[in-house]
Amino acid sequence: MDQDTILVMDNISNRSPGVKALSNVNLAVRKGTVHALMGENGAGKSTLMKVLIGMYIPDSGEITFQGNKVRIENTETALKLGISMIHQELSPEPYMTVAENIFLGREPLSRFGLIDSRKMVADTKALLERLEINISPTAVMRTLSVANTQMVEIAKAISYDSSLIIMDEPTSAITEREVAHLFQMIRSVKAKDVAVIYITHKMDEVFQIADDITVFRDGRHIATVPATQTDRNSLIAMMVGRELTNIFPKRIRAHWRGGLIRAQPYPQRHGRGRQFRPAPGEILGLAGLMGSGRTEVIEGIFGIKPIDTGEITVKGAPVQIKSPGDAIKSGMALLTEDRKLTGILGVLPVRDNMMIASLRNYTTAGLLNGSLIDETCNRERSRLDIKTPSMDQIIKLLSGGNQQKVLVSRWLLTTPDILILDEPTRGIDVGAKSEIHRLMCKLAQEGKAILMISSELPEILGMSDRILVMHDGRLEGEFTRAEATQEIIMRAATGNNALAVEAVAENAHS
Amino acid sequence: MQTTGETAAKSLGRERFNAFIRKYAIVFILIFMLIALSILSPAFLKPGNLLNIIRQISVMGLIAIGVTMVIITGGIDLSSGSVLALAAVVASSLAQRLDWQGAKFPGLEVPVLVPVLAALAVGALCGTVNGSLIAKFKIPPFIATLGMMTVARGFALIYSDRPISSLTDPYNFIGQGAVLGIPLPIIILLVVALGAHILLNKTRFGRYIYALGGNEQAARISGINISRVKIGVYALAGTLAGLSGLVLSSRISSGQPGLGLGYELDAIASAVIGGTSLSGGIGTIWGTIVGALIIGVLNNGLDLLNVSAYWQTIVKGSIIVIAVIIDERKNR
Repeated sequence: MDQDTILVMDNISNRSPGVKALSNVNLAVRKGTVHALMGENGAGKSTLMKVLIGMYIPDSGEITFQGNKVRIENTETALKLGISMIHQELSPEPYMTVAENIFLGREPLSRFGLIDSRKMVADTKALLERLEINISPTAVMRTLSVANTQMVEIAKAISYDSSLIIMDEPTSAITEREVAHLFQMIRSVKAKDVAVIYITHKMDEVFQIADDITVFRDGRHIATVPATQTDRNSLIAMMVGRELTNIFPKRIRAHWRGGLIRAQPYPQRHGRGRQFRPAPGEILGLAGLMGSGRTEVIEGIFGIKPIDTGEITVKGAPVQIKSPGDAIKSGMALLTEDRKLTGILGVLPVRDNMMIASLRNYTTAGLLNGSLIDETCNRERSRLDIKTPSMDQIIKLLSGGNQQKVLVSRWLLTTPDILILDEPTRGIDVGAKSEIHRLMCKLAQEGKAILMISSELPEILGMSDRILVMHDGRLEGEFTRAEATQEIIMRAATGNNALAVEAVAENAHS
Repeated sequence: MQTTGETAAKSLGRERFNAFIRKYAIVFILIFMLIALSILSPAFLKPGNLLNIIRQISVMGLIAIGVTMVIITGGIDLSSGSVLALAAVVASSLAQRLDWQGAKFPGLEVPVLVPVLAALAVGALCGTVNGSLIAKFKIPPFIATLGMMTVARGFALIYSDRPISSLTDPYNFIGQGAVLGIPLPIIILLVVALGAHILLNKTRFGRYIYALGGNEQAARISGINISRVKIGVYALAGTLAGLSGLVLSSRISSGQPGLGLGYELDAIASAVIGGTSLSGGIGTIWGTIVGALIIGVLNNGLDLLNVSAYWQTIVKGSIIVIAVIIDERKNR
């Protein structure tokens, strides 16, 4: 290994359940450089970094750090070696001060073994001044803005005097001015021979700050290239380069006849006039990378979190949606992204899980009509081919695919006009996946409007009639099925809609 | 030699048997206790004694039914013992005999329905306050009902710092009377238990109670008005605490501000022993009734065996913890 290399991760594989699998991944990082990691959601970037700081133990592979083979079994070891990380999910101690957060776990002690607060505050002050961050060391964390919280996390990572700092999407919560400030800090640590691994989805940033770029896809290392020898288009091609492996059901494509709902959940200027308008019989795909605001928009439309501005129109009439109950009444249904967290009622039987959103239709004289409910459940079970020993089975004991089918029938029983499906096939097996795809086609043919959010580009391309792409909290692009390709969607999703539109025009000519 | 089919059938049979045992474990424990105590103490199995046990748990059982519903939503109610006392003193003060000189409201004569409704209303009011604090102000149920526990007790003491006695016969009938030889408190308990069972299993509100405890966020997204269900369930639990105050004060012919001390803990214990999960979503009324019976039998049996009161508390505490351990293992 040559002198300049600070880190080599060799043949790392990880197949822990519930975590993106890594297969034989390699990564080499040079001293005093910024090494960008890129790839779609779930490509394995964050997982690899968590292996590096000891949050996951790999099944196989070797890590060489500063010339020595190392075993990193917990974050403490990583920190001692000189590796610190800024996590994507900020996790400060909200009720502690800035200084207490920065020195958490390594508080300076006085002669008597008590925490030396004065030194801690003084050191924090010096650190923040050095980094030109204007935050009081004694401010309580929860009173800070998200951007300032992020700056404190950055300062904390730098304060370990690490020789390698990992930054997992450090700019997702901060404004342009702070991004410039961050880049200035990165350049100054670089000058001290510190290496930075920089995970991002934003193309602009990569070409501003990175020296080397590594692309991941599906838990594999695709390529490592110097930033000067590549461009946006070839990076995007590497990121999405997978073949369409799924066979999607054939269907008659819908003609867009104007939307059933019209949602503009933010000020006009942000949306640039684009709206969410799924039409009857249409599958409208919504793509976007993590943090693009897809989920937030859906939560706004469905009344889970109130929207500040903008309006929602259903079948031509403006509606006030203050709660999911309102949304359901106006004919919407939402299959949420996280089945466990917001979908299933884990300890309850399949029957309750299926009926809970539509019980009002099964009540006679105040009492539930048990036989009608059982009849309905059994009909749904055979219609969607739900495999469960009985309706009394606790739902969390079913497979992910069968749980998802129960949730789908929960929503179909509310007889919605508009189905919002957030990652409808995430984490379910291939068989159940294609069953759900077929069902979606059938529902569209029956005249339902479907808004499908998906992180899988093949799914977006295979299922949608029209495709909307979100980036940075707004609708960046809109394409018809015929226009869209994986590359074009990825361009819009990384904030390069101009490039995407250009490509559409080119494709149309050729 | 067995064929694989036979082995499979056997293991399936065993599995079913195990599932049966697990489901009714709590009933078997109760039966075991009944058998053991009837051997150890000849007085135990006498009909009079058995009726006595049920009468003793009838007051706490009412509270336990309300608390069970609250716990199924994922909450807790610590205020029921104090609400019982407040309802008891208020109701009693409206049912004092005309010829009694020391009455709180001398010369007041109202139909017995008035104190009955007053007890229920006091309970409903306290419960609604609990539910509103929890649903609207997002106060953790533990804290909101802990506050109500002290506040209601304080109001009971302010209302009357000494027992309110000399109550009318119709009022006393509620706790002391019998219909067809069955003490009225037992009938009240059974009717309430049956009603609660139907409410939980046969009405939308009941299924929403389970849904709330199963996954509040998912329930909300399914269109359930979470606040309404929460306020409703705490109001119901409060009303049942009020009812228990009515029954208890009438049974002892006296409304006392110190009544019901610690009842909430026995009620929670009954629910938990009966298989209600403190994390919500799981629980049945019949389980709670069996749980209450176990506590009643335990109290009664240990008394008959002349076990000291100190030891009784230790035995009771241990049983509760063991019940939860069994429950945890069952759910794994």
